[in-house]
Amino acid sequence: MLNILWPAFIIISFIYAFFSGNIENVSNGIFDSLESVVNLSLTLLGTLCMWNGIMEIAMNTSFVEKLTNIIKPLMKFLFPNLNNKKAYQEISMNMIANVLGLGNAATPLGLKAMKTLQEENENKDKVNNHMAMFIVLNTASLQLIPTNVIAIRTSLGSQMPSGIIFPVWIATIIAAIVGVTATKIFISKNK
Amino acid sequence: MNLVNYLSASAIPIVILIIIIYGLFEKKKVYDIFLDVAKDGIKIVLKLFPTLIGIFVAVGVLRTSGILDLIVKFVSPITNLLNIPSEIMPLALLRPISGSASIGVAVDIMQKYGTDTFIGLVTSTIMGSTETTLYTIAVYTSCVGIKKTRFVLAAALLADIAGMISSVVIWQILS
Repeated sequence: MLNILWPAFIIISFIYAFFSGNIENVSNGIFDSLESVVNLSLTLLGTLCMWNGIMEIAMNTSFVEKLTNIIKPLMKFLFPNLNNKKAYQEISMNMIANVLGLGNAATPLGLKAMKTLQEENENKDKVNNHMAMFIVLNTASLQLIPTNVIAIRTSLGSQMPSGIIFPVWIATIIAAIVGVTATKIFISKNK
Repeated sequence: MNLVNYLSASAIPIVILIIIIYGLFEKKKVYDIFLDVAKDGIKIVLKLFPTLIGIFVAVGVLRTSGILDLIVKFVSPITNLLNIPSEIMPLALLRPISGSASIGVAVDIMQKYGTDTFIGLVTSTIMGSTETTLYTIAVYTSCVGIKKTRFVLAAALLADIAGMISSVVIWQILS
C-alpha cells in the first residue's frame, strides 16, 4: 500500500506547492525532516538500549513468573474456559512482555499463542472467542513505560519528557476496558 | 497537576529499582546481563531508520506544501464533534494503520505546536495509549492463515477511539 501512498503524498505535495508558492518551504522542509529523523534515532538508540538491558534483567529472574501468578484472576475473566495450559502460559507471557515494553519478545510469544489456539480452533478460517480477545488485547497498548513516546519528546526538547506516563496509563486502561467490554458483548451476541 | 507529574516522574526510577533489586536478590550478574542485551536496541533503531527517513520526508512535504492544513480544515467539523482538536486529526487517522507514519505525524505536530503544550501532550498520550491496530490484527491472523476476524477490528477500533478521546479529556481536566 505504501508503494502507492508514498509517491502519491510526494507528488501531490510538490504539485500543490508549485501552485501555492510554497516550493521553497518544501525544499527546506526535506532537510529539516531528515535532521529530525537523525535526532529522533539517536534518542531512540539510547532509550531502547537502556530499556532492553533493564528488561532483560527482569526476564532472567523469576519476575515474569511472579507476574504470571498475579494476573491469574484477570486471565480467568478474560479467557473463561481456556483449558489449554500451553496457550494459557503463552498468552500470559505475551501480556506481561507487552506490559514491560518488550515488543521484541511479545510478538513471537503472541504468534506462538495464536498457533496453539489455532490447533484447537473448530473453524480454521475464523477467529474463535479466545483468539478474538487475545488480538484485541494486543491492539491495546498495555505498556507500563511508553519508552518510544518519551524518546520522541526528549528528542524534541521537552521539559518533562516522562510527564505523560500517568495520563497514558489512564487512557490505556480506559481503551482496554472499552476493547474488552466490546469483545465480551460481541461474543455474547454471537452465541 | 503536580501529583500527576510526580507519579509520572517516579514511574521509571521505581521500575528500574524494582528490577535491579529483584535481580540482585536472586543473585544474578545484573550488569553482565544488562550489557549483553542492551546492544539489541541498536538493531531495532537500524531497522527502523530507513522507514523513518521515508515517512518523515513524505509527512514533511505534506505539511510544508500546505496540503495537510487543507485536509485538517476539511475534517475539522467531524473532529470537533468527537472533541478531538483538528490539529491532531492526521495522527488519529494514521495511528491505527502505520506505526512509523504515526511517529512521523506525531513528531511533525509536536514540532509545530510544542511538546509541552495542550496539543503536544495530547499527541504524546495518544501515541502512548494506542497501538498500530490494523497491523497487529494482520500479523496475528495471517500467521495462522485466518481470514475471518469477526468483530475484532470493530472492538479494537472502538478501543482506539476511546483511548484518543480519553487522552484529550484527561489533558482538558489537567490543564
